[in-house]
Amino acid sequence: MIPNPPTPFPTREGGGNTEAYVLSDTTRAAIVALKGKYPKVQSAILDALRLAQDEIGYVPAEASAEVAALLGVSPHHVHSLATFYTMFFTQPVGTAIVEVCDNLSCALWGSRRIIARLEEALGIAVGETTPDGSITLLRTIECLAACGGAPALRVNTTYYEKMTEEKVVALVKELRPGKR
Amino acid sequence: MASVIEETATTTAPFEPFLTASVGREGAWEIEDYLSRGGYTGWRRAVSELTPAEVTDWVKRSGLRGRGGAGFSTGTKWGFVPNIPGPKYVCCNADESEPGTFNNRAIMEWDPHIVVEGVMIASYAIGATHSFIYCRGEFGLAAERLIQAIRDAEKAGFLGTDIFGKGVDLQIEVFRGAGAYICGEETALLESLEGKRPMPRSRPPFPAVVGLYGRPTVINNAETLANVPFILKNGPEWYAAIGAAPNCGPKIYSLSGSVNRPGNYELPLGITLRELVEHGGGMREGRKLKAVIPGGSSAAILPATLSDGRDAMDLVLDFDACRAAGSMLGSGAVIVLDETVCMACAVTRFIEFYQHESCGKCTPCREGTIWMLKILERVTGTGGTDDDLFLVNDLASHIPGRSLCLLGDSAAAPVMSAMEHFRTDFDTHNATGHCPSGCIPF
Ligand SMILES: Cc1cc2nc3c(=O)[nH]c(=O)nc-3n(C[C@H](O)[C@H](O)[C@H](O)COP(=O)(O)O)c2cc1C
Ligand code: SF4
Ligand code: FES
Repeated sequence: MIPNPPTPFPTREGGGNTEAYVLSDTTRAAIVALKGKYPKVQSAILDALRLAQDEIGYVPAEASAEVAALLGVSPHHVHSLATFYTMFFTQPVGTAIVEVCDNLSCALWGSRRIIARLEEALGIAVGETTPDGSITLLRTIECLAACGGAPALRVNTTYYEKMTEEKVVALVKELRPGKR
Repeated sequence: MASVIEETATTTAPFEPFLTASVGREGAWEIEDYLSRGGYTGWRRAVSELTPAEVTDWVKRSGLRGRGGAGFSTGTKWGFVPNIPGPKYVCCNADESEPGTFNNRAIMEWDPHIVVEGVMIASYAIGATHSFIYCRGEFGLAAERLIQAIRDAEKAGFLGTDIFGKGVDLQIEVFRGAGAYICGEETALLESLEGKRPMPRSRPPFPAVVGLYGRPTVINNAETLANVPFILKNGPEWYAAIGAAPNCGPKIYSLSGSVNRPGNYELPLGITLRELVEHGGGMREGRKLKAVIPGGSSAAILPATLSDGRDAMDLVLDFDACRAAGSMLGSGAVIVLDETVCMACAVTRFIEFYQHESCGKCTPCREGTIWMLKILERVTGTGGTDDDLFLVNDLASHIPGRSLCLLGDSAAAPVMSAMEHFRTDFDTHNATGHCPSGCIPF
């Protein structure tokens, strides 16, 4: 077991380190607290990156470096994980990520039409973010494991199944800023 | 049709689903609800009445085979773990990302305790005191429900130290992935859990001997483990009587594609495709069957007329019959494709997936999937040539057996089977530059 001493870490206001932190004190403390969760500290990197992304919205290089410093692991290694997994974004993305499943079972039930309708309603193409930064539209390469409810999509962590063109237009209205 | 049923079904009593019985019922995920259904009886019996070796023996005798893909005997797998001191681990594989598969997510969201109890019993059987559930990153709700289930089980005294006063200690942790199909491959899963880049390991040594953190480890699919509490509760003979040995127990078939009611159907192993499609409300809009993929996108595609001349609707959906037919039951993800589907387009979509998900560790898989995709995109785009088709088939044929994990083989299987059985779809693309079926609105 890794001992988990309450390591003092410098705060944003000072503490000897003049570099600006990109993560809040709360997130930094939560990341340090992950150190005892697994038999080896390296196992906590994904959890830590998730915390960082939850706060900033994506994982800039400074954030993965900060995660590495807090866990005491190599920054290159953390970066190599942040870029391997598709759920981490290294560039800014919208507040809501609309990810339409486009694997075979969903395609058979019209996912391509759903995507086209979303592109039209949002005025952006797949892979883009609305100019106000509220919505990013993606299509999945993987299957979302919701083929029984095809066509399926995900908005951040929430699944929506058996989607129709009408339903996605209504969903877009809900996701527009001011509506959430 | 009646004769087919007589041939395959050996059980007489009507089958009552138990893995998915609570799927869709509000509140089924609460521990009180689970206890009222006899939950944790199996765990109590294992710890209080049986030795770890006896538990393993029960699971062996039940005939339970792994639902994650290979259909390997679960009890036998547990038996491979050496009886040595020091840490051992159970890792529940809940990374469910095989295209077409969606039964793990359903049971974890609605009835997480059956998975947690299964992990407990497996841990006791192999002597693990710290176990993990590797939950696919996209599954936010499932992870939440599993974490709550573990917390409630701790409060109820089913986890922690000196469980049931028998000196058994156990702690379970949910580990969340972050989006990578390869993490479902058992050794990549271990690498991911160890915080490394999830690239499969070469074997031997096998995880049963050198697994997580270099220690003996059992990796089982979430559906596999969900069966275990019921085996302990009702006995191995009860379980073995479901289905037709050596394909015992129920399977949650994930039925998708061209049927009227896609969904999860829990049925005894050994039903025919025809019966399953009937459960799913028949073929969509009464169309004709063109092809079926019995075990997720990694399984070879079977045409409507099997190689022995039988109607694919008569295919028995169990581990051995699917293998004999030239494919595999895999994860039990049955994808039904009707006459309007162009197989060239369907396969191109699968290769897009494999190309994206190849971890890049071995050249045949990494480069092979890239080139297959490029060529197939040309064929299904503006149309290619006969040489293109030859080249794709040649590339595919060089991947199996030359890559470290089965992802490479899985990418080759759909391409080669589609080329063999549905060559005309590719030829039409080449000749006309268009999709023969106007296709799925791809
Ligand atoms: C590329 C690849 C992906 C896999 N994905 C999964 C998966 O998502 N879930 C799973 O249970 N098994 C998956 N497997 C199979 C596992 O390696 C392993 O065989 C399985 O988890 C063993 O569990 P079982 O004995 O209960 O079947 C995958 C295998 C490969 C090669
Ligand atoms: S076969 Fe493909 S996915 Fe598997 S280890 Fe090799 S490169 Fe990685
Ligand atoms: S293909 Fe869309 S959820 Fe499986």
